[in-house]
Amino acid sequence: MTRFLFYPIFVFSMAIVPALHARETATPDQPGPVAIPYSDVLEVRQAEPTDHAIAYARVLESHGSTDASIPRTLPAVANTGAAGVPAIKPPDREASAAGARVDIDLFEGGKLLLTNGITTIEGGSGGGIATWATIAGREMKGGIGVQGSFTAIELPDFGWRSYGAAIGISDRVELSYVRQDFDTRSAGAALGLGRGYTFNQDVWAAKLRVAGDAVYGSPVLPQIAIGAEYKRNHDGAITALLGASDDEGVDYTLSATKLLLQHSLLVNATVRLTKANQQGLLGFGSAADGYKVQVEGSLAYMLSRRAVVGAEYRSKPDNLGLGEDDWLDIFAAYAVNNHLTLSAAYVDLGSIATFEDQRGGFLQAQIAF
Amino acid sequence: MLLTASSAILMILQQAPADNVDWDAEFGVEEEVRDPVTGELPVDPYVEDNANAGADPYDSTSLAAAFGGREGIQRIAERTVEISEADQRIAEIFVAHDMVRLKRTLGEQFCYLLNAGCSYSGRDMRSAHDGMGVTRADLNALVENLQQAMREADVPFAAQNKLLAKLAPMSGDVVER
Repeated sequence: MTRFLFYPIFVFSMAIVPALHARETATPDQPGPVAIPYSDVLEVRQAEPTDHAIAYARVLESHGSTDASIPRTLPAVANTGAAGVPAIKPPDREASAAGARVDIDLFEGGKLLLTNGITTIEGGSGGGIATWATIAGREMKGGIGVQGSFTAIELPDFGWRSYGAAIGISDRVELSYVRQDFDTRSAGAALGLGRGYTFNQDVWAAKLRVAGDAVYGSPVLPQIAIGAEYKRNHDGAITALLGASDDEGVDYTLSATKLLLQHSLLVNATVRLTKANQQGLLGFGSAADGYKVQVEGSLAYMLSRRAVVGAEYRSKPDNLGLGEDDWLDIFAAYAVNNHLTLSAAYVDLGSIATFEDQRGGFLQAQIAF
Repeated sequence: MLLTASSAILMILQQAPADNVDWDAEFGVEEEVRDPVTGELPVDPYVEDNANAGADPYDSTSLAAAFGGREGIQRIAERTVEISEADQRIAEIFVAHDMVRLKRTLGEQFCYLLNAGCSYSGRDMRSAHDGMGVTRADLNALVENLQQAMREADVPFAAQNKLLAKLAPMSGDVVER
């Protein structure tokens, strides 16, 4: 049933991204400036004692005030003399943050749109099939953000559903989990597994941003992150029959991501050390083969701050000798609002378990805070 | 009861200051006077230099046209400041700073970087943001406000990013925590 719903939604979403983009460029959707009542501004000013207030308190004191609410010991008024800067000190935000209160921003948001990426099939932040150095969630330094996603891929002979969740801590650490369900449909019968046999895999992953910033800082220093993905396949008995030597394994990634603002282009490159067959769904390694170095690359062009289109490539090993192919995709992502990102892609996953030419559609809804 | 009574007695005993006190003279406060021509408050002396703008300008002059030339760029800078002053995320950073001067110097900086025929007369980025405690999240908010101002001025998105490309590498001098 879901299969019949998928294609209309896919076609619709591929058509709607340019339409939404046109709307975005036509009308600014952010509301205009919100007028702050002057009294509020005054309140902000009075949050820190001004020189006037301090001096007033002093004069009160010298006039013999007995009001106990006026502090007896006041800091010396450092009156800036000639050509001084404005006498009113800006509020010291650092000092107020360092108070007794633990200052962690939960779900406050602060990242620029789309800079948390979209969820990869392995659950982390990236471009869909390639992992990026970006951190999930919308929080910056000092905040903890979350991200959840649902991804569906429809192929000629197979169907994919995955359900992911990720936490981004201080835009530094990402912890993620994804459940992958890979439905063999009628191919399952042909493979002798039974019609609709579904492979399942859990992926637990951690990523650490070690250097750089995708948006800011030196234009030649990308955001660099290292990651580890622990994958546990639930169909070890079958993958062993196919020749896989293990039903669990760890991938290691090194990613570099940079937004080349001058060209409105995001560039990502990832090196992955893996022994996974079809990223783990067909087990890990074989009698002859273990860890191999693979590469992933992404290019994404920003149409607006909400819309991006791009392409990805991911190389894969062929440990089982089943003719496993490299992966390609062309994707479009649209940030409907600060929290919801919809993505659609055309994916070419090549040969999967001897079924050739698995090309189809990828759809994802992602919620991030 | 005792508390109320003692508070009342304390209030009665409290001496009110005389009516005709010149408070400014009393505390030696020097009022800062805005320049009658520019409307700006005085600042500590510094050496003016285009290098203070924080990046080299674009070679081509064609980009400036996408921003509506020198006047369009100045309007975008002023609008960015106005939006930011009303933006609750970052408004408090701007309180107690000279917005007249900021609008002028920010406009000059954009104009200089976009090669629209201006010199930059402001301070360098590090000293201009010293002690403000700006975070990357604050910077993101400012970028969004600048994007809104550019969108309102119908600057094409690719051209918007060219200006941001000049500003983004300055983050190291602006972000303090």
